[in-house]
Formats: sequence, structure tokens, C-alpha cells
Amino acid sequence: MSLLYTEEQKALIALVKDMAENEIKPYVQELDEKGECPGELFKWAFDMGLHMLEIPEEFGGTGLSYETTAMIFEELAKVDAGYAITFVTTFVALRNVILSGTPEQGKYFADIIGKGNFAAFALTEPNAGSDPAALRGTAVKDGDDYILNATKTFITNGEIAALFVGFFKTDVKAGHKGISAFIIDADAPGITIGQHENKMGLRLSNTTDVTFENVRVPASSMVGAEGSGFKLALNALNLSRAFVATLAVGIMQRALDESVKYAKERKQFGKPIIKFQMVQQMLADMAIKTEASRVLVNNTMRMMDNGSLVRKEGSITKTFVSDCAQEVTSNAVQIFGGYGYSKEYPVEKLMRDCKVFQIFEGANQIQRMTIANELDREYK
Amino acid sequence: MNIVVCVKQVPDTTEIKIDPIKKTLIRQGVPSIMNPFDKNALEEAIQLKEQYSGSVTVISMGPEQAKATLREALSMGADKAYLVTDRAFGGSDTYATSYILSKVIEKLGPFDVILGGKQAIDGDTGQTAPSIAEHLGIARLTHIRSMKIDGNKCVVEREIEEGIEIVEAKLPILCTATKETNKPRYATIKGKIDSLKADIENITLADLPNMDITKIGLKGSPTRVKSTFIPERKSSCEMLEIVNPRETAKVLFGKLAEAKIL
Repeated sequence: MSLLYTEEQKALIALVKDMAENEIKPYVQELDEKGECPGELFKWAFDMGLHMLEIPEEFGGTGLSYETTAMIFEELAKVDAGYAITFVTTFVALRNVILSGTPEQGKYFADIIGKGNFAAFALTEPNAGSDPAALRGTAVKDGDDYILNATKTFITNGEIAALFVGFFKTDVKAGHKGISAFIIDADAPGITIGQHENKMGLRLSNTTDVTFENVRVPASSMVGAEGSGFKLALNALNLSRAFVATLAVGIMQRALDESVKYAKERKQFGKPIIKFQMVQQMLADMAIKTEASRVLVNNTMRMMDNGSLVRKEGSITKTFVSDCAQEVTSNAVQIFGGYGYSKEYPVEKLMRDCKVFQIFEGANQIQRMTIANELDREYK
Repeated sequence: MNIVVCVKQVPDTTEIKIDPIKKTLIRQGVPSIMNPFDKNALEEAIQLKEQYSGSVTVISMGPEQAKATLREALSMGADKAYLVTDRAFGGSDTYATSYILSKVIEKLGPFDVILGGKQAIDGDTGQTAPSIAEHLGIARLTHIRSMKIDGNKCVVEREIEEGIEIVEAKLPILCTATKETNKPRYATIKGKIDSLKADIENITLADLPNMDITKIGLKGSPTRVKSTFIPERKSSCEMLEIVNPRETAKVLFGKLAEAKIL
């Protein structure tokens, strides 16, 4: 372990590990196959308070630092990153309402989540992924209300969320400056939840389409000023990039743990394969990438704890860590050989789980554009 | 309702190392945990508190490092914790320990319910908790499955070899818990953080003026451990092929007689 942990951090990590390994891990293989996670398994994390870690105490949270929160999520991701991302997504939605909304909006959102509910972020549309300015969803003012219409896709927690933070155009001609954000109750009339996505990985995480058809919300549910939705989405993405990177570190650490254990047990030519230099090189590279990723995530978290928006650092972290995770998990399968390709062994799932980290929260190609643009600005 | 739970810090291993001279357990170098059955007792106490309101106090006798176990109890939901510690208590056997703990309970009480694990996984005697009831002159019910309070009495389901026994008893009562009593909860994140900062008071001999000091410590302990060992388990199995049941029964009878079982 590459970080200097405080006694408190060590105790919290041990607590989450104990719960996740005893209550979640035994069911992961079966649930990955089914592509679902029942509410009673989520209850363990709610009971422990894993949905309110970094949320300030005045909103009913525990008030931990981003740094410690990330360590806890990493531990959860070692057991299952899909389970963990369900809580990360909820946390990022709530955190951004608290950051960008009024105190009343923050309290409303925190009260509902605090009771043990999930939230979802409804931004992506079929034709607006990396390019949010192309959003087609609309919010039209009608007296004291707004009428929302949109088809949102790939919405994490779509089916299980009690609250949405949704993004709609209040000015269709204004490009990304015409986007506004709203808090929407999931049971509002006009919301239809689509089919659960049959995904390659993160299969314990719920992903659906969400359709908004003439959904009426009070004007007071708008988060921030009209037209500030794009900025809010970017801030939210900076936060979520750093946090999904934490989950990727968890996946990598699990891949490394499983690989070393296997390489010590598996014998060929009369000795454990860990004694062969080519396997050693792979394991060493996996350890290097895992450790470097963890330190990078930790530094980004500490920057956020000090108030930085991590515009460039969030992108660097997410891109580096997800690229490393791809390589580390692929090598874990390689070390397991034929067994690695079998679903009876744990590593092929890790490879499937981590692919999406190069795609979501802004594809790594977009991240590199963002990083280059920031560099261009910095060196003027 | 006031509840007190007696917990013990034990080494987290089934492989026990014994001091060859003192014949007591060596605890150094072995990670420590809360005795698992005591965790069940604590869970039962917290559930009783949630159902009938009141407070849960946890006590443990041991060295300073046993505070880690008390902190764990606080993180799960206990309200107060005390470490019973004094050089004079060192070397106490189950008789002396239960005597000391009974004095502590008298000092901190009165309590309606006293809970403990059915036994500790290190010494495995199962004597300390029931002996506390003897010292206090109250009823005890061991190996409970469930517990309900009704005014000044309780109704307890006990596991016995023949089945389940339902017993009614007057409060105050001492009960011991087993794995079957409940599933202990996990601490909350907030509970864990608070427990790390909590003040845990020490109770020493000086705090217990009514103590008969001839009954405590190594000198006050009537038990002398002559030797401790892990019994060697020997088992073998022989399968008899049944060709003719009557003949096989005869062969089986002969083998059992040979082994002096019949």
C-alpha cells in the first residue's frame, strides 16, 4: 500500500473491507451473471453510511474528506466496482446539488438520500455524449413551472434513483450556454424508465434510458442560474472523474492480488510461475501501475479537499488510471492463462468491469483534448 | 432499561500458544479481536435498548490494549465503556475475574440485564459470566436464542440439547449469548470515527473499596493450571460392504466389541 494512512483511515478501510468481503463478495459472481443487484445487498452499505461519507454534517452526512471517502470507495470496488459506482453516482449528484444549489435544495436532496435512497445524473442523450452542447432535451417555462421533455440514455441508477439531476435546454439556440439543471423526483408523472442495459461489465450497476415526457417541475427546482447547467455538469464531471478513478484503482488492486496469489500457487515446469522472469515482469508492471494510479488519485483528492476544481488534474487522473487498469486487468487474465478466460475465475470480470472507465465521464480521447486545451491556456 | 455487557479481548487465532512455565496463554504477537460470542451478547443488548430504550454499558477486564475491543463495542452502538484494569487483578482465574466484575457491576449499576458470551474462544471455560450471577446472587440463563422483557421479568428461549426451552425469570438477570442468538451488526462509519475519539475510563482496585483482596489476582485464584494442550484428534473410518445385512451386522457388532464400545 502506497499511502500514509491515518489510524482513522485504517480503521474505516478495515470496517468496509470486513462488510464487503462477508456480505457482498459471496454473491458477486452470480449477480454479475444476472446483471442486477438486489436492494437487500445495498442495505449493508446504507446502514454503514456509505452514501453520506463526504456530505457535510449540516446536511446529515459524516463530513469526511474527499481523500478518506476515496479510500473507502476503493475498498468497496475491490469487491465489486458496479456496487461501488451505485454509491459514487448518488454521492456525486448530491454533492453537486449542495455545491451549486440553494441551501434548501441541498437539504431537500440530502434528506431523501440520507434515508437510504439513490440519485442519478441525467445528462447523456443518444446524440449528445461527448458533445453536451448538442442536447435536444428541452425545459419550457409555463407560469411558475417548467415542462421537461427529453430522452436520456446510459443513466446510471436510472431505475433505482429516487431523485434525478437532469439537464435540459432552456434556450435551444444558445448551445451549451442554453443548458439548465433541474432536480426531479423520480415518481413525477411523465417519467418512463427504459430497459436495463445489458452491459459488458459493471453489471451490478443499474443503467437505463430515462424518458421525460411533459414532466412538470416547479421553477424552484432549477439548480443554479438559468443557462448555468453546462458549468454545473463540468464541475460534477471533474468530481466524478476523480472518484471513478478510485474505483479503477480498486479493480487494479484486486487484479494484482488475485494474480500474485495465483502465480504463487500455479506450478509449471516444476516451480510456481512467479519464479519465471516473464511473469515477474508482468506482475512488477502491474504493481507499478497500480501504485502510481493510487498516488495520483490521492493527490487529486487532496487538491479537491483544498478547494481546487481539478479541471486538468481530474482528466489526467481518470485517463491515466483507466488506461493503466485496462492493461493491468488484461495482464491478470494473461497470468491466469486459460483459467483467466473462464468465468469460474475472478479476473475476466475485472477486465470487463474496467473497460468502461476509458469511456464514461468523458472518453479518454476527449480527456486528452481537455488536457491539451488546458496546457495551451497555461503556456500563453 | 440498563444493560451491561461483559466483553473480552481474545487472540484472533485457533492456534493457541501456551507459556510452558505459567501454563497461561501467550497473547504477544497475535492480533486481538472481541470474543465473537461477546459480540452476540453486545448485539442482543443493543437490540434490547432499541426495543425498550435505556443504555448499554460495556466492561472489559484486561490490559490497556483491551480498550481497542471496548472501542469496537462503542462503534457498534454501546453508550459507555469501562476498562477494569489493575496490577492486582493480574493472573485472576474465572473465579477471581467473575468476583471482580461483579463488584464493578455493583459499582456501575443497578442493571436490569447483564449479558456476556457463552464462552471465550481462548480459554473456552464458559465459567466467568455464569459465576458473576452467583456473586451477585441473581438468576442466570445461558445459551439464549432470544429475549423479551415484560415489566420486571423476562422471557428467554434457551438452546438445550433436547430442543428449545422457554424460561421466564425475574430481573435482574444474567444471560449468555451464542452464535445463534443473532447476527452482530457492523459499526457505522460515524460510529467508528466517534469510537476512536471516545474517552474510556479505567476502573482500578482503588475505585472498588468493598473488594475482598484475598479473592483477586493470582493469589486469590483457586484454579491452578497443571498443563494445557491441544488434544490430538485421531479418527479413522472403515467402510463395511453389505453383502448380507445379517452377516454385516455381526461383523459390525464384533468390531464395536473389539473397540470396547459395546
